[in-house]
Amino acid sequence: MELMENNLPALIVVLPLLAALLAPFLGQGNKSWILATLTTWAVLAMTIRLFIQIDGLANAQGVHETFISYAMGNWKVPWGIEYRVDPFNAFILIIIAMISAMVTYYARLSVSKEIPVDKIRFFYALWLLFITGLLGVTITGDVFNIYVLLEVSSLAAYALVAMGKYHSRKALSASINYLVLGTIGASFFLLGVGYLYSVTGTLNMADLTERLKGLHDNRTVITAFVFLLIGLSVKMAFFPLHGWLPSAHGYAPPIVSALLSGVTIKVGVYVMIRFLFTILGVKFIFEELPSAPIFLVFASLAILLGSYMAIQQFSLKRMLAYSSIAQIGYIVLGFALANESGLTGSLIHIFNHALMKSGLFLAAGIVIYQVGEADLAHLRGLGRKMPFTMAAFTAGGLGLIGIPLTSGFISKWYLVMGAIDRGLIILAVVILLGSLLAMIYVWRVVEVIYFKSAPDSSSEVKEAPWALVLPTWILIGASLYFGMDSSLPFHMANQAARFLLGMQ
Amino acid sequence: MTGDSILVAIALFTPLVGAGLIAFLGRWPNLREAVSLLTAVFLAGVVFYILPHVVSGDSPTFSLFEVLPGLQLTLSVEPLGLLYASVASGLWILTSIYSIGYMRAHREEHQTRFYTFFALTIGAAIGIAFAGNVFTLFIFYEMMTLVTYPLVTHHGTDEAVRAGRIYLGYLFITSVGFLLLAIIWTWFLTGTLDFQAGGILTGKASNTTLLVLLALYVFGIGKAALMPFHRWLPAAMVAPTPVSALLHAVAVVKAGVFSVMKIIVYIFGIDLLHTTGLTVWLMYAASFTILAASLIALTKDNLKARLAYSTISQLSYIILGAALANTWGVVGGSMHIVMHAFGKITLFFCAGAINVATHKTKVSEMGQIGKTMPVTMIAFLIGSLSVIGLPPFGGSWSKWYLITGAVSAGHTILVAVLMVSSLLNIAYLMPIVVRAFFVGPSANSPGETKIKEAPLFCLIPLCITAAGCLLLFFFANDLYQFLTAIVQS
Repeated sequence: MELMENNLPALIVVLPLLAALLAPFLGQGNKSWILATLTTWAVLAMTIRLFIQIDGLANAQGVHETFISYAMGNWKVPWGIEYRVDPFNAFILIIIAMISAMVTYYARLSVSKEIPVDKIRFFYALWLLFITGLLGVTITGDVFNIYVLLEVSSLAAYALVAMGKYHSRKALSASINYLVLGTIGASFFLLGVGYLYSVTGTLNMADLTERLKGLHDNRTVITAFVFLLIGLSVKMAFFPLHGWLPSAHGYAPPIVSALLSGVTIKVGVYVMIRFLFTILGVKFIFEELPSAPIFLVFASLAILLGSYMAIQQFSLKRMLAYSSIAQIGYIVLGFALANESGLTGSLIHIFNHALMKSGLFLAAGIVIYQVGEADLAHLRGLGRKMPFTMAAFTAGGLGLIGIPLTSGFISKWYLVMGAIDRGLIILAVVILLGSLLAMIYVWRVVEVIYFKSAPDSSSEVKEAPWALVLPTWILIGASLYFGMDSSLPFHMANQAARFLLGMQ
Repeated sequence: MTGDSILVAIALFTPLVGAGLIAFLGRWPNLREAVSLLTAVFLAGVVFYILPHVVSGDSPTFSLFEVLPGLQLTLSVEPLGLLYASVASGLWILTSIYSIGYMRAHREEHQTRFYTFFALTIGAAIGIAFAGNVFTLFIFYEMMTLVTYPLVTHHGTDEAVRAGRIYLGYLFITSVGFLLLAIIWTWFLTGTLDFQAGGILTGKASNTTLLVLLALYVFGIGKAALMPFHRWLPAAMVAPTPVSALLHAVAVVKAGVFSVMKIIVYIFGIDLLHTTGLTVWLMYAASFTILAASLIALTKDNLKARLAYSTISQLSYIILGAALANTWGVVGGSMHIVMHAFGKITLFFCAGAINVATHKTKVSEMGQIGKTMPVTMIAFLIGSLSVIGLPPFGGSWSKWYLITGAVSAGHTILVAVLMVSSLLNIAYLMPIVVRAFFVGPSANSPGETKIKEAPLFCLIPLCITAAGCLLLFFFANDLYQFLTAIVQS
């Protein structure tokens, strides 16, 4: 037991990696799904365990110097690869593990209908590799390692998007589009890392942080920052570099969309925040460089235009995809305020939005599973035929709007607080305007679900099996619960925010 | 938790549990409606049981849970809230009886959904009434918007759905765009959102900030229907009449003006507003709404639309009372919450009864209708006189106090506004009664003079509310004593 406790950081990545390698050998039955589910749940348990360790340390010695360092293969830091867990990435790890555990549990029926029988085991192999990459990016303390694992998860994601059966041609072209832009983004990121390496001679984050302290006037460092900024903006679909997202999230298999929208782009945000706040330093970025206005303007545009585009969509999944672009806007806006409320709001929104958006994609997946399509036209009258699924969708939608007692409200509360704290009432208005736009795109769907009468052809449509409805409702239900009692996500997000801002 | 706190909790959960039971009993209409009625009676009983505690100066408090660190969902009863809760729960009983008659006579569909959401709305009203801080108030305020939506769009027609959009659009744009911003701003300035006697904002912000905050609050509470954010109210008239009666004469609109009153008294504090004169613009904004809405009411031929604009006008009386920021104004405004509720619900009940009995909705078609529906039209007359503000009906007292308040605040021109408004009330209400009894082409088929009233379930409640208008005239002093506690503490 002691052995496990001490090696948790490595196990969190190694376990799904081994499972991914094992999955193709398990034959055509349900076995590969069982393996994937057990693995993701084990990972969830381990991330919770890890968070409890971090939480204990934070209580004992103050938040700002809390971390667990793990030297991979016992190669001494900073020569070897270091895994470094602190209050910030321990929080993100839980989000990744939580969503992937629930989505994997949901996957069985959805995948068996969408993926040819002989390819299912390969699907789960890629799926586990995808999750391995996301966990690895988040836990590692080495910037080159981030690049490698980001590419592991991205390559797996490109293949997973291409497996979308409905609109299979569109899924293919979406995947190519995603691949090209994702690779360009990764290249920019790699160049940025390379420049930093050329100046400092190190790839270890903690080491970089120390060595960059005296180099704020260095042109190479500033160039590196710009390259990293662009590369990561592509990865996290930050406006205006979001072009690949709507199709990739819109045409991928629903469970892939759920993980892409709920978690993957958030991992891009994680790396961005890591570079801005820890490696380059919050003072350097937000006080010495004029980055805050750039971030805030583009974040506002992302919120408004993303929501506006969501209103124009007829496909449920594309609508949710555009909504994700807007949500990334909220998250960027929050951290760019660079104060405690704003950063807390940003991080708590990463958590809340992961729950809501994954739940919504799963609900859309149920519609696809039962009806075959999830366009507005196919949703007519489903409120009576699939009451549980549609109630889940409506509740998730209310969360996107930010109605009180949903978790979206909690996020917006802190974001608005952060904006007022900076004296930028206009940003508070943008945030609330975003809520109103969200109301329009959510209500368009609600009206169709509950007021339009069902087409005759759909008379045999029934509520989906519990194996699909239950995990959807667990995610949506959690988002409602954390809207009523936000103490747990608040504690995690606030602790991470204080850690990043170097507060006690 | 003390005994009083439990009462508050029971008051909140009664309608919610009732709603659950109603939804569950959907297959047995008689049982369902019996439960609906019992819930209403029980709730009113609980609310009136709390009354003596509040009269003796207690404020029973009940906390649910902490939503954000430092921000709890808390219910705390004070006189103003209890007044609103009593009106809403008391009139819910009558509306329940009335609904049974109306919905059955009209053979409406989806009645289970109707009764369920009706009960939920009352739950939200109790939450608003007893809210211990602005945060709690906001949550129940938004909940009320959501749970009344299925009632407004009850018929599911394109027209209803469009009206539903206007309804949600206006209420959410104002509440999310202005009210929420004002609340977070207040929290940022003061670090508390509790309703406290004397307000919490004194000395916390510059006058300019306070002025902006006040505007955000007043326009943010769209349910108060202060122009230009009033359009949702006439749109919502597409709902079945019992909904219009309870929700758009009592629960929803009064939730709006009640919130305005509560924020002015307990967040800003009338002393602060009185000394800084920040509310002068609001007096004139309210006066404009009073007159403009009355003028629009004159032009409406559809009876429910006319009553809707009349409501908009009357709501601004209450806002005016709050804006006067002195004892007379606050008491007069609060009293008008009760007086107008009884008068207007009588009028809506009558409009619904006419619709049930004759299927007529337009004023121009109601000639000689008093001959066949004498009881309904006499009740209509009583309701009208109370809304106009003539003795011996309740409405005269609240207007009296408002006028006194205007004079003592030194704004004599507002007295003229109130007088002109009374004349306009006469002009848009009395012709209906006159037409019904004396003039106008008969709407009845020739030779038909038989009495043909609406079903008893509809008729009895409207007689009770009409009698209420008369009774309230004699209990105005008790109300006055009860309400002065708000300002004195």
